Amino acid sequence: MADKEIKLMKGNEVIAHAAVRCGCDGYFGYPITPQSEVMETLMELKPWETTGMVVLQAESELASINMVYGGAATGKRVMTSSSSPGISLMSEGMSYLAACELPCLIVNCQRGGPGLGTIQPSQGDYFQACKGGAHGDFHLIVLAPASVQEMHDFVELGFELAFKYRNPAMILADGAIGQMMEKVVLSPQKPRRTDAEIEAECGPWAACGKGNRRERNICTSLELQSEKMEKINQRLQTKYATIEAAEARWEEIECDDAEYVIVAFGSSARICSATVEAARKQGIKVGLLRPITLYPFPAQAVAALAGRGVKGFLSVELNAGQMVEDVRLAVAGKAPVEHYGRQGGMMFTPDEALEALKEKLLK
Amino acid sequence: MKETLIIAGFGGQGVLSMGKILAYSGVMQDYEVTWMPSYGPEMRGGTANVTVILSDRRISSPIANDYDSAIILNQQSLDKFESKIRPGGILIYDTNGITHAPTRTDIEVWAIDAAAECARTGRAKMFNTMILGGYLKVRPIVDMDNVMTGLKKSLPERAWSLLPQNEEAIRHGGEIIRRVR
Repeated sequence: MADKEIKLMKGNEVIAHAAVRCGCDGYFGYPITPQSEVMETLMELKPWETTGMVVLQAESELASINMVYGGAATGKRVMTSSSSPGISLMSEGMSYLAACELPCLIVNCQRGGPGLGTIQPSQGDYFQACKGGAHGDFHLIVLAPASVQEMHDFVELGFELAFKYRNPAMILADGAIGQMMEKVVLSPQKPRRTDAEIEAECGPWAACGKGNRRERNICTSLELQSEKMEKINQRLQTKYATIEAAEARWEEIECDDAEYVIVAFGSSARICSATVEAARKQGIKVGLLRPITLYPFPAQAVAALAGRGVKGFLSVELNAGQMVEDVRLAVAGKAPVEHYGRQGGMMFTPDEALEALKEKLLK
Repeated sequence: MKETLIIAGFGGQGVLSMGKILAYSGVMQDYEVTWMPSYGPEMRGGTANVTVILSDRRISSPIANDYDSAIILNQQSLDKFESKIRPGGILIYDTNGITHAPTRTDIEVWAIDAAAECARTGRAKMFNTMILGGYLKVRPIVDMDNVMTGLKKSLPERAWSLLPQNEEAIRHGGEIIRRVR
């Protein structure tokens, strides 16, 4: 085979390779199934000997996210990864990072909840990832990979968006995408940014050492004067409006002539792409809309389909019905919107999703 | 070409690594591949299984409605997966530990005495590659050169000294598998 860079890897392993190759400065994490291979792979790769990237197993999730907080405040490209219960422990830090407008990457390889739940795949953290998930009015930029290749690609994309908007970005994966092996093309190694490059890019806000060049930068989320705090909130909301207008990403499969549309992300979308094939073989015109960004949610794509007369939407998720609320908002009553899902770590087959579609929309 | 295979048995029998060798062989043959394991507590003494899909087209779902082929290595897995093989599909099982033989008559059934053969030759670690050899005899979907490259790429470098033994086990597996019906 000609291309030597095609590898067979797990989604979690790929996150680690992609982090090193895109020039990440630091990873801080704490083990939890089903994402432990991220740090295991980083430890095997030993990037501190090559690129100088720091890899550190913290004493807890709380410590991990606060190390990310500190690293991000200096303009470094830093990241962490965890799975659902661990992400909950990090949520306070995410609110602080968003409040300070600090860029970073957080990977959530979701497992079934609530509580400690199970270690099998789930998409039960959609609300948490997309609707804040911690105190205050803030958003994460949320990317939903549906393949091992996208696990790779979204590491660099996540950092890019995080720095573009000075906002934490999250890769919302799940145990299925994390544990699955597929072919992946790894990107070439990029150098980590130099101190001068960081000063040039992040100098206006980062605590990266000012010398005697400028006034000091302070990264803080505390502002006791409500008039000022409201202005900070308004600035954040203006930023989120820009993100919503500019950054929604989605994929449409067989939607052009679809009478019914499945909306699904991540591993659910992969399974539902086979549902579309099966439905088409039976003469049912089904399409799949796959949100790639969950925040911003591609509402305009859903609205366009509803506007041109799609007869019904089925939101298929590994949860009790979370994204379905955003689908309903976008459809705005123009067509019925139903939900199908499994919970607690259970998966569904392509045919089960088709049966649900028939039962809920075609009867 | 599309082959959807389930390999199922006990944790420790080499179920996941057998799937990985086949998946890597598929990569060498320029197929699209997915390797979707059961993971977690199932690895420790319970049942373990992996779905491997090889296709010359983009693979949509890594989760299958049913399987073209099944490699079954214990009774629990036979009970669970025999009904999920598509009509006309292939069931391969190791006779060791199977107390109730397969009953389906609309599929091809093959048996392989790999556990017994490994016990006889004292090469227990060649169990999964011997089974793989049996499967590839029945379903020759990847060239043997690519299987050998896939095998090498699946193993850490420290285990490369075992490559000749595994190659021999793959070949021997193809010899001892037999059609039951």
